[in-house]
Parts: sequence; structure tokens; C-alpha cells
Amino acid sequence: MQDELNTPPAKLHIDGVSKSFTSKRGKVPALESATLTVDEGEFVCLVGPSGCGKSTLLNLVAGLEAPDTGSVMMDGKRVTGPGSQRMVMFQEHALFPWLDVLGNVIFGLKLKPGLNDKERVEVAHYYLKLVGLERVMRASIHELSGGMRQRVALARALAPNPRVLLMDEPFAALDAMTREQLYADIQRINQARQRTVLFVTHNVREAVCLGNRVILFSPNPGRIREQFVVDLPRPRDINDPALAGLAGEITRALKGHTRVQSAE
Amino acid sequence: MKRFFIALTFFASLILIWHLLVKTGIWSPVLLPGPGAVGEYLGVALQDGSLLSASWVTIKRLLAGYLIGCLIGLPLGLMTARSQTLNDTLGVLALGLQTLPSVCWVPLALIWFGQSESAMLFVVIMGTLWSVLISVDNGVRNLPPIYTRAALTMGSSGFHTLRHVILPASMPYVISGMKQGWAFAWRSLMAAEIYVTLLTGYGLGHLLHFGRELNAMDQVAAVMIVIVVIGLLADKVLFSPWERFLHRRWGLNG
Ligand SMILES: Nc1ncnc2c1ncn2[C@@H]1O[C@H](COP(=O)(O)OP(=O)(O)OP(=O)(O)O)[C@@H](O)[C@H]1O
Ligand SMILES: [Mg+2]
Repeated sequence: MQDELNTPPAKLHIDGVSKSFTSKRGKVPALESATLTVDEGEFVCLVGPSGCGKSTLLNLVAGLEAPDTGSVMMDGKRVTGPGSQRMVMFQEHALFPWLDVLGNVIFGLKLKPGLNDKERVEVAHYYLKLVGLERVMRASIHELSGGMRQRVALARALAPNPRVLLMDEPFAALDAMTREQLYADIQRINQARQRTVLFVTHNVREAVCLGNRVILFSPNPGRIREQFVVDLPRPRDINDPALAGLAGEITRALKGHTRVQSAE
Repeated sequence: MKRFFIALTFFASLILIWHLLVKTGIWSPVLLPGPGAVGEYLGVALQDGSLLSASWVTIKRLLAGYLIGCLIGLPLGLMTARSQTLNDTLGVLALGLQTLPSVCWVPLALIWFGQSESAMLFVVIMGTLWSVLISVDNGVRNLPPIYTRAALTMGSSGFHTLRHVILPASMPYVISGMKQGWAFAWRSLMAAEIYVTLLTGYGLGHLLHFGRELNAMDQVAAVMIVIVVIGLLADKVLFSPWERFLHRRWGLNG
């Protein structure tokens, strides 16, 4: 387990990546020449209006989708398919209803070689404790509240110790109180052990609260427009006025891009 | 315990009403003998072993055919769900054949296999196969793709995904299909047994048939009761555990 804790986070290189989908109405360019470098252990938030290719970018990095042009590299190696080095936390929790909470967290661990069953259970316990769910380990998923499900999904994504964590609007469906709790949790967890994180959200304040950097997207076709470095001290409180100020600035920039876009 | 007593009272009153209807002459004992006479037949038939051996013959046929039907239907359903070509061919065929009442297989089975155990087996398999195939196909087709995507990102692929994600995820459909398959198999086997006399073994259907020929209504009624009880037991033994599992995990009403 000690060894498990020491795998370093990875560096991501997204280089000139484009992706379009063919639908009934023709070709939809979802993402156009996106270039982005994410350093080891960096927490990068992706913000932008609906349909600007944020999920597409995440799927490309996850390896669930292949880019039309350009490449996604992790530590200098090209990403060609999904793998447990890059864990995804989907917008809907995507937990498996036929397994209990513990079973869900162990699922990914079972696919990791070099662990015996006892160690797997230990690791799962560790992460469930980390997200504060050690008391409901034997519960079925449908018995949990939405916030608890997101925590299980977080524990499931963290447990196999991925080097990159890809989170797609994980907290969109939650109430403000639960979300604030999870912001604190995530910051605490990431403090204890850094991971490279790509985090998609519609909520600019959330992005400023969590990210080292905030990347702005604009739609039609999806493009990376601008980025902001967030230099506030951690742990950050979402209600901090300095944070709100920066969030306001980013929101104005975001509106600007969208307006320019619709005028074009 | 309370539930048990309520059920007990219910069935006791049913028997009592039945008894009174025959006793007062509202029902003629020629058409339907009273519970006493039926019970008497049951006692004798249980003692001379004819009832038990007939039940055993029937259950053996049913289980063998049902098992084979499931073992064929499950992989075929998985395949039709994943391949468009198979779905357009085998899938459509299965859908058509499933609407065919499984009794309709009996004449064909007789022509193909003669009056033999194979004919019985064939009828039971046909009763099971198509509904299992279709429900597995349905279950897999209606799976939210997010499950397989999530599994992929956790390093699962190929057979592992099939075994550990697709199959368990489609379980609500699979179980209900297997239950339906069981009901069809059970019905078609009874029809086949009533229809065809087999020298290799008398099943419950045969007892029913002989009872009618001999005008022994106590035998007919008793065998019917045994058939109902076996159906109930099968439901409790074969499907209740799964339905409890579905209920616990999915929160469905099983
Ligand atoms: N599988 C697909 N087939 C066809 N079109 C798709 C597919 N996936 C995405 N698209 C299109 O690509 C564009 C970008 O989609 P994407 O899901 O990446 O947006 P998004 O930024 O995540 O939006 P949201 O914030 O609403 O989640 C959209 O126009 C969408 O319609
Ligand atoms: Mg999205």
C-alpha cells in the first residue's frame, strides 16, 4: 500500500486535437485544434458554454474516443485507448447497481495486478473512509443520496490510484451545501496526494475554488479561448471575496467570447 | 409469522368452501369431488409411489429442457444484441417464434422425433429458448452505455466486460425472461404430456390424461393441485432468491 501511494502524477500533452462527429444533420465539429499542456499534479478546470467540446476533450484524454487529428500524450506516450492510469468520473455517477458500495470501489482494484484480495479490501476501505462513507460500505447504490453516490464515484475513481483524474461536471446535480463539503474534501484529498486533474464545470466559482488554472472554451466549433491562473492560497473557501472577484472577471471574459461568437 | 397465518387461513377457508359446495350438492361430486375424496386419492397415490414418480419424470424433463434452452438462449441473446446482422435475422426469427404458443410445437415435435423423450425435450426447449433469447437481447440493448464506458476506463475489456458488466447489468431483464421461459416451458410440457403417451415414463400430464379417460375426477383434481404446487415451489426456489437480489440492489419490485 505504501508503494501504491507513491506513483507520481502524470504530465498531459494535448496537441492540436480536433474531433468531429457525423450526425444526421451532417458533420458536427465538436473540438477544433485544441492544444493544452497539463503539468504533473496540476488541477485544471475547463469552463465554457454547453456544446463547446469539454466532454469530448475529456473522452479523448480518457482514450474512449480517438482524435481526428492531433494527439494526446501522457508522459510522452501516445494515448491509444482507455486505461486505468486515467480514471473518469462521469457526470452521471455511472456506479454499478448490481454491486454494493464496497464492490463498486473494488471493481477497478480487481483489474490492477499486484494486489491480493485482502489488500484490495484495505485500499477500498481507505478511500471510503477518505470520502466519509465507511459506514455505508454494504449499502446498495439505490439507497444512497445523490451526494453519497458522487462520493462513491470519487472513491472508485481514486482507489486504483490513477495518475490522471478526469472529472466531467461531477457535482452539477448536487445542492450547494453538499458541493461545498465536496470542495473541501477534494482539496484535502489532493493535498494529501497530488494527482493531475482535468475538471469540467459550468460553475466558474467552482472552477476558481478548485483549479490551479481555468481554461475557457467557446462553441461552434469548440475552441480553447483563454486561460486564467488562479494563485489564491489553499484551502480555498468558495465564499471568499477574492475568489468571487476572480470568478467575476472570468465570467465577464466568458460572456465576451460567447458574444463575439454569436456576432461572427 | 403473521403472514403465514393469514395465508393458512385463506387456503383453509378455500378448502372449507369447496367442501361445503360439494356437501350441499351445489357442485355435483361427479364433476368435482370434494376435498376429502381428492385427499384420499393423494394419500393413496403418494403411498404407491405413482404420484411421486410421475412428478419426478415431469420435473426431470422440464429441468433438462429448461437448462438447455437457457444455455442456448443466453449466448444467442448476447450475440443478437451486439451484431446488427444477427439481430436482423435470428432476432426477427426469435421474435416471431416467441409469439407462437409453445403448444404449437407439439405436432412438429411428434413428426420429427416420434413419441419419444426427444420430442418432450424439444417442446420444452422451444418454450424456453425464444423468450430467454429475446429478454437477454432486450436487456443488453437497453444497457446505458455509460456502464461499459466506465468499465473500460477501469481497465476492463472483452470477456471481462461481458462477464462482469454486461451480464449483471442486464440481470433485471434476464431474470424476467427466464421466468417467462419457465412458464412457457411448464405449460408446453403439460400440453405435450396430455397429448402424447410415452412408454419411457408417465409424467403428471399423463396422470391427468388417464384420470380423464377413466372419469376419475378425484385424480384429475389432485394432479392439478400437484401441478400448481410444483409451479409455486419452482417459483420460490428458482426465482425468489434472484428477485430478492434485484430488489435489494436495484430497488425494483421483484
Ligand atoms: N457521440 C456524438 N455524436 C454526435 N455528436 C456529438 C457526440 N458527442 C458530442 N457531439 C457533439 O459535439 C459537440 C460537443 O459536445 P460535448 O459533449 O463535448 O459538449 P460539452 O462542452 O461537454 O457540453 P455540455 O457542457 O453541455 O456538457 C456538441 O455539438 C455535440 O452535439
Ligand atoms: Mg459535457
